[in-house]
Parts: sequence; structure tokens; C-alpha cells
Amino acid sequence: MTEPLLTIRNLSVDYRIDTGRLQALRQINIDVPKGSIVGVVGESGCGKSTLISSIIRLLPHNASVSNGTIEFEGANLLDLSENEMRTMRGTRISIVFQDPMTSLNPVLSIEQQMTHIQYRDQRSTSDKLNKSLAMLESVGIADPRKRITQYPHEYSGGMLQRISIAMALQAQPSLLIADEPTTALDATLEVQIIHLLKDIQAEFGCSILFISHHLGVIAELCDYVVVMYAGEVVEQGTVRDVFHNPAHPYTQKLLECDPAGIQTKTRILPVIPGEIPDLVNLSGGCIFSSRCHCVLPDCETHIPQRREVTSGHSANCHLLSA
Amino acid sequence: MLLYIVKRTALGVVIVLLAVALLFCMIHLIPGDPARIILGPRATPELIAAMSVRLGLDLPFPVQIARFFANLLRGDLGMDVITNRPVVEIVLGQLPYTLWLIFLSIVFAGLIGIPLGCYSALHRNTLFDRISGFVSVSFITTPSFVVALYALLIFAVALKWFPAVGAGDKGDLLDQAVHLVLPVFSIGLAWVGYLARLVRASMLEVMQESHIRTARAFGLSERRVIYHYALKLAILPTVSVIGVGMGFLLSSALLTEIVFARPGIGKLIYDSVITRNYPVVMGSVLVSTILFVFSTTMSDLINAWLDPRTRKTL
Amino acid sequence: MIAILRRVIKEPTGLFGLLLVTLIVVSALLAGVVAPYDPIALNIPDRLQSPSQAHLLGTDQLGRDLFSRVLHGGRVALGVALTAIGVALAVGIVLGMLAGFGPRWLDKAILLLFDTIRSFPTVMFALATVALVGPSLQTVIAVIIVTTIPTYGRVVRTQTLSIKSNEFIKAEQVMGAKTTRILGLHILPNIVGPLMILASMDIPTVIALEAGLSFLGMGVKPPTPSWGSILNDGFSLIRVTPWPIIAGSVPLILITLGFTYLGESLRDFIDPKLRKSF
Repeated sequence: MTEPLLTIRNLSVDYRIDTGRLQALRQINIDVPKGSIVGVVGESGCGKSTLISSIIRLLPHNASVSNGTIEFEGANLLDLSENEMRTMRGTRISIVFQDPMTSLNPVLSIEQQMTHIQYRDQRSTSDKLNKSLAMLESVGIADPRKRITQYPHEYSGGMLQRISIAMALQAQPSLLIADEPTTALDATLEVQIIHLLKDIQAEFGCSILFISHHLGVIAELCDYVVVMYAGEVVEQGTVRDVFHNPAHPYTQKLLECDPAGIQTKTRILPVIPGEIPDLVNLSGGCIFSSRCHCVLPDCETHIPQRREVTSGHSANCHLLSA
Repeated sequence: MLLYIVKRTALGVVIVLLAVALLFCMIHLIPGDPARIILGPRATPELIAAMSVRLGLDLPFPVQIARFFANLLRGDLGMDVITNRPVVEIVLGQLPYTLWLIFLSIVFAGLIGIPLGCYSALHRNTLFDRISGFVSVSFITTPSFVVALYALLIFAVALKWFPAVGAGDKGDLLDQAVHLVLPVFSIGLAWVGYLARLVRASMLEVMQESHIRTARAFGLSERRVIYHYALKLAILPTVSVIGVGMGFLLSSALLTEIVFARPGIGKLIYDSVITRNYPVVMGSVLVSTILFVFSTTMSDLINAWLDPRTRKTL
Repeated sequence: MIAILRRVIKEPTGLFGLLLVTLIVVSALLAGVVAPYDPIALNIPDRLQSPSQAHLLGTDQLGRDLFSRVLHGGRVALGVALTAIGVALAVGIVLGMLAGFGPRWLDKAILLLFDTIRSFPTVMFALATVALVGPSLQTVIAVIIVTTIPTYGRVVRTQTLSIKSNEFIKAEQVMGAKTTRILGLHILPNIVGPLMILASMDIPTVIALEAGLSFLGMGVKPPTPSWGSILNDGFSLIRVTPWPIIAGSVPLILITLGFTYLGESLRDFIDPKLRKSF
């Protein structure tokens, strides 16, 4: 593994809710090596969004980081002042959100929004405009000079997502976070955006933290994959290792349930029985034990520690120590 | 956009015409002879007959309504039965007083209400927010003429800080401004509360939208996010509310003008009702109705233009 | 009903509103019993007194007890509000349903009529009417009815249109159900809730309007007490005594505040979605 760009250690995040303390993230460890694409996969509600919000430090008011560090380019993001963190956002770390139709301001033109985010540059307005035009061109917007004065509602979803990517890359960040950037788009557009991200990563050399619940997209795009379940990382490693040799029962089930991976003709799509456990009252055992098909006595009582399967491939499961 | 402007304006014109017709029919369908009302109970039949001829009431109904509309198109609203001056002249002479009063009241309400609502939304559920919410509702529910009475009682009669009656000397701008303070305060107070609540609600809604998160994720300053990205959207509803609120504003202007004995279209209507100066009542009610329809039409147009989502498609 | 009440009083503002409304409604109902004096009995020697044990809010220029006049004024205010809103609701429901369920031209015609009525500033429209038929409480009620019908009519129309497009209504129509049956059985019960909230939030506006018109001398005829006419007396005595203004305004402010809070908590409880629509 090359030099790490982003290193998350023992990150835990809680939400204060009416019924108590919801432990949304527990002891998360993730590494994003320089110049790589890391995919984070998991069901909705597994803590993917909380993870992103923790990295860019835009958690909702009722959430707080109770433990851990987020090392980025040699500094712990959690220790930065609000002003220092604001300088990070949009320059060193950028983000592309899920739904392009709502993630851009409807009453400001693309030009205004792209100019605003360059507010740190001391260059002239026309230089900034040229930079914006060049960025739009590089993400495949035809006739950018004419289109830049338009408002978000005048674009299609796919075009808007290209613009979002252009905006995110404008300051040449070293980390691009993509929060399910293709979920709101249809399948053909999805492929185009994935290819765009791949090309751009090659061109700009940034790392990408790619959040998705779509296994096929992760396999196509990413170098490494992190599998999350109910606020914990259950398995991580290279895409090849995790997809071909899944060590955690959850990952195995997830791969079985992927419609793209089903070989035989069936009338019933496979599902993982059971529901995501209550994150307010944790049992103290393995978080997946209530739905697991191979439970050991330890699973109900001890939280499994991270164990290496092979070099660079690890999982949190008691089966590995048995 | 052009088509929308034409359509919306046409609707406004149709409504004004209908309103005029409705008013006209009301005069003639309600039992009672306007000539008799004008002249009072002690008038002789000869006098009433003469007045009927003067007002054109002796003509058949369709002729009357046709003549009325024809005159209206020429800008003729009839003659004041007391001073014998054209009604249009009298009404237009009083209109600026009322327009200034309403305009300044809205400016006052906006200057205080919008920042208040914005601040409350950003400091939601704090003590400040709760107090401002309670105060806003109290402002909204207190009728403007009651505010005017208290303003008069406290600041003019008891403390003598501001003059109690009139609009000030014609040539003296400062004097006129001093005379405007209490009336503007009386009309504007309810709107301070109203705009504060409105802006607070729409601000809370806008701050939840995901483009605000995007703006923050790009490291834009909180000031820019709030004033440039959120407030710009949150302020849109206030335009239409003020347009539709013109009716309330005119009504409270009438009451306030009477409390402060200020010249204006409201006082004109009131005085004309008291002196049974029938053509002036109709003329000024007509002008205020046109004003109201004009302002709702304008606010729709401004709103459509302010929002880029409708600006180009309409 | 009890469940709604329980929910309303859980919120401090709801409880506050309910208490204020109850207080004023009860005192208005019991005005005949509670009022210490006849509200219109003259007592010139005792005129313009400040509040005392004998006269809780003092007396006016004719020596009438202001506290008694305020209590009786509450009857006028509530009576006007309930009558006017009741009639306006009934007419609004009929017109709104006609617009929503009737042919397109009728819908357009009714909407245009509503828009036209709404284009008159209320107080000015009231003054024009008074100029024609003379001041009286009936005139005030009639004006309020005419100017509030469009509000209810529009709500009823929108709700009717949205319910009309439901599958179950279409099915009934296909099976040959009479329009009146559909309107009465399916649409009416569905619009009653929102209308009640709307009406309860309109009560303060109507009370304020009645007070304003009576203040201008366009409503109740003297010597009948109304909060507006008490304020009018106070206005002419403003350089002499502040008490009539205080006596007339405090109940007016309290009841509008009370109904507003009550209406808001009812609305939040019954239909949070309505928050946006008005």
C-alpha cells in the first residue's frame, strides 16, 4: 500500500435523539492511499452519510464525534479550528453530492456558483470565468460559454452532475468525496459519470472516496473497498480480495444478493433475513450476530476485533480467529 | 415571459372592470335612492329630482352603466357634489399621502422583520427565538388602529415626542417626516411580526435544502451561505405576501389616517361617507381597488421575474 | 374531541390560547350575570372616573361602567364573528363545491367572482356599503360574510378537486352514484377539518374588523357597547383619560391572541401540511 492521504482511526459518532444516544459510527478505521479510489459500500442507514459528514465536519447539530482521529495530509481534521476547516473544504477536500437536481442553488446561475467557490483566488473575474469554462469543457459540457449563464433547472440531471464534478475539481483537491453520485441518475448516465470520474482521477491524480450501495459500480471503479454494516466497518481490502474471497458473512450475503451476480434463473431474489439492529441499545456482541448464518458462542458476547485475512485484506469476524 | 405578463395583466384588467361593475350594480340594486342619501332626510322632492338628473340617475340602467364606463375610460369619476370639483382630481390629490404611508410602513417592516426572522431561524429554539416568536404573534394579532391609538396616547399625548395630527407643512420635509413616524409605526408593526414569522419559516425550510450543504462543503463563508444562498430564496415569498397584503395595508391606512387625522385616501373616504358625498366615496373606493389589483398583479410579475425557474419558462 | 383538547393543552401556547378564549367567551356569555352595572345606564355624576373598587375599569364620559360595557361588548364581538363566519362557511362550501365539481365554465366564473370580491380592500368596501345603506351591525355582518366567502370557497374548491381525482370517487361515479351523494358522503367530511381550522384562525380577523368598523362609527349604534365603540369614545377622550382605550383594547388583543394560538395549535395537530398552504 502506498502512502496514505486520509487515515481514519477509531472514529465514533453519536446522535442525541429522544430515546437516547444513537451510536451511528463505532470504531471506524479506513485508509485512503494517495491517488487511489476507495469505495464504501453498505445498505442505507449503515452510516455512510455520517462518515462523509464527519470528514468534512458538517455533522447535524445533534451529532458529535465521541472518539477517534481523521488524519488528512498530516493534520487531524477534528483538531482544526472552524476557519482552518473551512479552508480545507473546496480546496483540499471536495464533495459531489447524490442528487444533482437539488444540490445546486436554484436561484443562482452556474457562472455565479462557480465564481463564488473561487473566492479564495486573488485573480480577476475574467480569469475565474475562464477557469470555470475550462473546467466545464473538461467534464464534457458542450458550448460552455453559452451554457454557463444558465440556471440549474435548465440542465438535465446528468449534465448537472458533470457540473458538480467540475466544481468539485476546480481547486484541484487531493481528496474527492463522491456521495452516491449516480444513484439519482439512470443507468446509461451512471456509466458515463463513472467513466468521467475514472478519467478525471487519472488526469488530476486525486484520491476518490466513493460512496455507493451498488456493488457493480464499486467493482468497476474502485481499487479498494470498505464494507460497512450498521455503523461499523466489517471488512476491507482490495476490490479483488474482497469480491473474490469475502471473509465476513455479511459481505458474502451482500455479494449473493447482488442481482448482477446471480447466475442461475430464479423467481425469488435472495435477501438477508432480519433487520438492522437498534443502534441506541447495543447488545455488546457482534453487530451482525442477529442476522448471521454462522453464529459462534462468542458472537453474542464479544465485539470481534479487526483481523487480517491476507495482507491488506481484513475483516471483523470471530470466524477468523476460530 | 412576455405571454405571462400579457396574460397576468389582462386578468388584472378584467378583475378591475368586474369590480367596477359590481360596485356600480351594488349602488343601483341596493334599495334607497343615492340622491336622497346625498341630500339627507329633510330634502324636498324637487331637490331630489334635480340631484337625480345631475347624477344621471334618471336615465335607464343600461345607459347609466355604459355612460359610467365611458366616463371611467376618459378618467372621469364624476363631480364632488359639495365642492363641485372633479372627483379624480380630489382622489389623486390625496393618493400620494396614502402611498407614502404604505410604502414607508412596508420598508420599516422589512428592515426589522426580515433580519429578525432570519436571526430567529438561525438561532432556532433559543430564548431569543421564542421571545421573538411570541412578540411577532402579538404584533400580528393587535389591530393596527389599536396600535395607532396607543402610539397616539403614549408618544403624542403623554410624552409629546411626536405631533398628534396632520401630515406636516407642505414645504417642510423634516416636519412631514416627523408626522409620518407614528402612523408608519402603527401600520408597520403588524407587518414586522408577519414578515419575521414568514422569513423564519421559509429560511428554516431553505436551510434544510441540500444546495446549502453543497455551498458549505465548498467552504463558502457562513455569511455568504446565509445572505447570498439562503436568504435570496427565503425572501421570495415575502414579495407575493406584500402584494396580496396591499388590501390589508389600505384598510389599516384608512384607520390610521383617521386616528392621526392625516390626509389620505382613507380619510377622504371616511369624510365623504360622513358628509354623504357619494361620488367621492365611489371614486376613492374605485381608485383603492385599482391600486390593490395593480399591486397583486405586480407582485406576481415581480415574483415570476425574481425566480429564474419561472423567469424564462413563463 | 377530548384527544384533540388534550393534545392542544400539552403545548404551552395552545393552553395559553385555550385559557384566554375560555375566559373571554365565558365572561361574554355570563355578561348579564357578572356585569356589576347596566352597560348603557347613564350616571353623569360619576363620569370619567379612574379604576376603583366600584368601577374596575373606570367610567366613560356618560358615567357608564366600562367593565360592564367591555363584558357586553364581548357578546357583540363573538356574536358577529360566529354569525358571519358561519354563514360565510355555508355559502363558501356550496360555491366551492360547485366550482370544484361543476363544469369548467362555472368553475372559471366562480373563481373570477372570488377574485373580484377579494380585490376590494375590506374596510373601504365596508365604508362604501355603509354609505349606501347606513351604519348597522347587520351591514357589518353582511360585509364580513361577502368578503370572507372567497377564502373558504377557494379552499373547498381545491380540496374538492383533489378528492375528486381519487380513484374511489371515480369508481362511485362509474357505478352511477349521484353527484349530491358523492359530495355529501365523501367530499364534505374530508374538507370539514381544514375548514374548521381556517375558520378558527379567522375569528380574530373578523373580531378586529368589527371593532375597526365600530370604531369608525360604522357598526353598532350607540348606546350598544362594542369594543370598537368603547375605543371610539376613548379616542375622543384621549387627552382626558387613557382608561377607555385600555378597557376597549385589552380584551380585543387578548381574544385575538387567544384564538390565534388556539387555531395554530389545532392546525399543527390536525394537519401539519396546512402550515404551508396559508
